[in-house]
Amino acid sequence: MTETKTSDDPAAALTTQITFRGFNFYYGKYHALKNINLDIYRTQVTAFIGPSGCGKSTLLRTMNRMYDLYPDQRAEGELRLDGMDILDKSVDINHLRARVGMVFQKPTPFPMSIHDNIAFGVNLQERLSRSDMDDRVEWALKKAALWDEVKGILNQSGMSLSGGQQQRLCIARGIAVKPEVLLLDEPTSALDPISTMRIEELIAELKEEFTIVIVTHNMQQAARISDYTAYMYLGELVEFGVTDQIFIKPQKKQTEDYITGRFG
Amino acid sequence: MDLRRRRKFINVFALFMSMLAVSFGLFWLFWILIDVFNLGVGALRLSLFTQMTPPPGSEGGLLNAIVGSLIQVGLATLIGTPFGVLAGVYLAEYGGHTWLGRTTLFINDILLSAPSIVVGLFIYAVYVAQVGHFSALAGVFALSLLVIPVVIRTTENMLVLVPDSLREAVFALGTPKWKVITKVTLRASMAGIVTGILLAVARVSGETAPLLFTALSNQFWTLDLNKPMATLPVTIFKFAMSPFADWQRMAWAGVFLITLGVLGLNILARVLFRQKHKQ
Repeated sequence: MTETKTSDDPAAALTTQITFRGFNFYYGKYHALKNINLDIYRTQVTAFIGPSGCGKSTLLRTMNRMYDLYPDQRAEGELRLDGMDILDKSVDINHLRARVGMVFQKPTPFPMSIHDNIAFGVNLQERLSRSDMDDRVEWALKKAALWDEVKGILNQSGMSLSGGQQQRLCIARGIAVKPEVLLLDEPTSALDPISTMRIEELIAELKEEFTIVIVTHNMQQAARISDYTAYMYLGELVEFGVTDQIFIKPQKKQTEDYITGRFG
Repeated sequence: MDLRRRRKFINVFALFMSMLAVSFGLFWLFWILIDVFNLGVGALRLSLFTQMTPPPGSEGGLLNAIVGSLIQVGLATLIGTPFGVLAGVYLAEYGGHTWLGRTTLFINDILLSAPSIVVGLFIYAVYVAQVGHFSALAGVFALSLLVIPVVIRTTENMLVLVPDSLREAVFALGTPKWKVITKVTLRASMAGIVTGILLAVARVSGETAPLLFTALSNQFWTLDLNKPMATLPVTIFKFAMSPFADWQRMAWAGVFLITLGVLGLNILARVLFRQKHKQ
């Protein structure tokens, strides 16, 4: 793994962080994901695209076992994070979620101050002194390009911010615990174009340190920000590859039809 | 054009009828309030707050009844709130969809609408009849049984209103479930739950029936929970039914005090709830 890796050169030394092998997922009896085989590369941006209901959000939510909250949902097959079996019942799920952070479609600030929104997750994982915590809060807010807007109002409620600011607060909250992977579930679909642009710029910076997986309905967005793209349809992974290739020269007709807007 | 005119007419007619219904309701409410105010304020004396309930024909006040009400309603709230909130948390966050949860909720709704005299008789049978005497403690038990279902319902309702997306976001940080509940979902619904508790307090402070068979009443000052204790509603009931003019006058004063208290609690509840929505 070196600095020379680029998305133009798939042969560059990329390491795999998350692997899906023969992975299936069920909502009760409904077979939502069918035999998924996929590699997520370290410090790359991987985008999941596909029409509504194709399973891209479902796939995203398996990587931090979000589905565990709902008793009738279950996963089968192989899913590994750096070799660790994520599906194993004995996995410490809170530790897993500290390693694999997530940001949701709708901004979800907690009912507490901006400072405490960030400190909340950090307090779960480590014991920091007050000044160390203040530094961490500042670091996370700077990473999320929100610091300049909120540095004077850290004691105000996180809910008083605008939608775009709230979403950046959620991203800051997610990276403050220093996860290895950041899952983004349509993070800009509820935001205006300016906020969307800021978050896209942010993703480009964050991939220096984090592995990012993003679900998006917006194909231009996938093309702009991702290194790898997975096209999904009806619970199957149709095509996966370097983003430029998927968009310029897809291997499968189905992918081409979706990307060119003939379908979807 | 004809259709539009018809719709306009129906609209005006419906609006008129609903406003009529509103004014019908408000008319009686204001009549009651004005009567309570007129007769109550006229009966207010400083001695109400300094002297005990008198025998007919002599000077006196309502001090023992006021303090008795405060003690019994206060203790009932202290007992009822933790049970209610914890049960509400169980129903909303853990067992809501299980057989036990649904049954509990159903029974709770029955309890919520049960006539309060039934609760009084229940405590009479299981407590008063066993220990052999009326007591303030029995009154406290009866009132807490009325507080609990109200608090369970509001807590459950308010927690269910917290969007799952917020819950998922807390879990996604690797938060254990008990912390999700105590640090975020309870906090997010705090204003609503406090409102529910205040409304429960307002409801039981006017209850008479459950106290008749439990705390009974007491003409004298007592702080002993094992003795019968006076309360405002029971004293009002006793005094208002009496043929003595001075007792009736004091009953009006008591009614005025309770109304003022309940009105105050309701306003406080509203203010708290509005603050939550301003956030």
